[in-house]
Amino acid sequence: MPVEIDIAKVAHLARITLTDEELEMYGSQLLDILEHAERVQALPTEGVEPTSHPLPMVNGFRPDEVGECLEPESFLSQAPEVEDGRFRVPRIL
Amino acid sequence: MGDLANLTITQAGKGLRDGDFRSVDLLDAVAQRATVTEAHLHSYLTMDHDGARARAFAADEAFAGGEDLGPLQGIPVALKDNMVTLGIETTAASKILAGWKPPYDGTAVARLRSGGAVITGKTNLDEFAMGSSTENSAYGETRNPWDTNRVPGGSSGGSAAVTAVGSAFGAFGSDTGGSIRQPAAFCGIVGMKPTYGIVSRYGLIAFASSLDQIGPFSRTVHDSVALLEAVAGWDRFDSTSINEPVPNFGGSLNAGVSGLKVGIVKELMGDGIDPQIRAATIATADKLADAGAEIIEVSMPSTEYALSAYYLIAPAECSANLARLDGVRYGHRSSIEGTTEEMMGHSRAEGFGPEVTRRILLGTYALSAGYYDAFYGQAQKVRTLVRRDFASAYDQVDVLISPTTPTTAFKVGEKSADPIAMYYSDVCTIPSNLAGDPAISVPVGLDDKGLPIGFQIMAPALGEEVMYRVAAEVERLVGFDERPVLATSEVMPA
Repeated sequence: MPVEIDIAKVAHLARITLTDEELEMYGSQLLDILEHAERVQALPTEGVEPTSHPLPMVNGFRPDEVGECLEPESFLSQAPEVEDGRFRVPRIL
Repeated sequence: MGDLANLTITQAGKGLRDGDFRSVDLLDAVAQRATVTEAHLHSYLTMDHDGARARAFAADEAFAGGEDLGPLQGIPVALKDNMVTLGIETTAASKILAGWKPPYDGTAVARLRSGGAVITGKTNLDEFAMGSSTENSAYGETRNPWDTNRVPGGSSGGSAAVTAVGSAFGAFGSDTGGSIRQPAAFCGIVGMKPTYGIVSRYGLIAFASSLDQIGPFSRTVHDSVALLEAVAGWDRFDSTSINEPVPNFGGSLNAGVSGLKVGIVKELMGDGIDPQIRAATIATADKLADAGAEIIEVSMPSTEYALSAYYLIAPAECSANLARLDGVRYGHRSSIEGTTEEMMGHSRAEGFGPEVTRRILLGTYALSAGYYDAFYGQAQKVRTLVRRDFASAYDQVDVLISPTTPTTAFKVGEKSADPIAMYYSDVCTIPSNLAGDPAISVPVGLDDKGLPIGFQIMAPALGEEVMYRVAAEVERLVGFDERPVLATSEVMPA
């Protein structure tokens, strides 16, 4: 069981830029919640299959036909920044 | 016609067809009600006055021309603001989606429109449906119509409040761990979560995809059936929607409960449940017994672990779903200069509120290398045990009953500093989400503070017909007809 969480690493994995104070607060709250969550480990589950989904998941297939699509302008108009019909982002490196 | 806003959907539909009033009159009545109640409650985030008016006129023209698209034609209904609506701002009560006008309608929304419903607007919620009080909205909390010092429940608190006071005839919400049933219980109305896969999730902003379901809020069981029928059914845009004929939800509403076996869940009647709620649950079970049902105590030991499993599974799924909000294609982008990756980190930090941030971090941790098996994997096994408990219970009984919530509505601010205390308010509702089964909350009385008490009926997957059958009988036997003071015309604007 975790006695401490590398909360800075978790925040980086989640791509949320937090201040040191926020990291400390969320780190200690996560420990409290995980302490509660440890209850799940008390239940014997040897040989129990995990359930990831309530339904048996099967792929839905359909004919590969041209259908109606959204006009690019309808979603580009909602983007923070666009250029030449594309989403524009700041520099990558 | 001052009291039109208090009609049920069934009554309103009959009046429209008898020519007693028009859809525009119904819309005026709920809009008038909203001008009074919104100042007290803040249950709408957006009201689409112009769009609703155009739809009401269209419905009236349809009636005049002899066209009838079904029970919701001309009926004003509200939508939780995590249901995507073409051209109407959809925020999920998050700053990160402020101003977003979706380029499409979700399937449930499209079906409501094609059924002639009049969409009044978008209701408040806990940000991205994460919460049990509607206090986590980035746009301010919603208040409980029965006592405005208290929360309406959540996450669909806005949809519950508008239905309770009559600023809509009914509403839709989403239920991931109780987010329809718990606020329905707190607001004294009917709230229902369908079998997973009955209602398409296409255009429902995803929180935890294996748990989320859209469902109706209403003032009567009969109205609940009408609302659900309007949106149910297979959808090619949702690979998890069930490709089978939908059950006949309302087929047994008048069948009574004679001969039915009703299981009362022992583990959901313990010390954690308020004594008045336990008493109301037992009293309702006694009425069902008098009406001919056989009441059997059922033990489901894994339900005690369901809450803990849920608070690993739901955050894990949310951390993946909310990765799409990165400031690139839509939603908030930070103005802090930097690389694209830095922009994403700042946009997300600025855009997400504390509860959403907490759950994303928790989910990211629970899914990260080295901890996956201990937390997420184990929680999924507990989910299997919960399903087994339900399966063996349904070998003995037709439906299960319990309180909907451990307490009645709590005070604003009472639990907001203690996430775990807040999470506990979903202890009775979460098991049905983990199992994927339908469940409904029906109001059965008021506690000594005058706050509504909800009674939960759970049924096996695709067992909506028997669930509604018992719910209708509970409604008849209990005869709950209390309404909050805010649902009368005498209240002055705040």
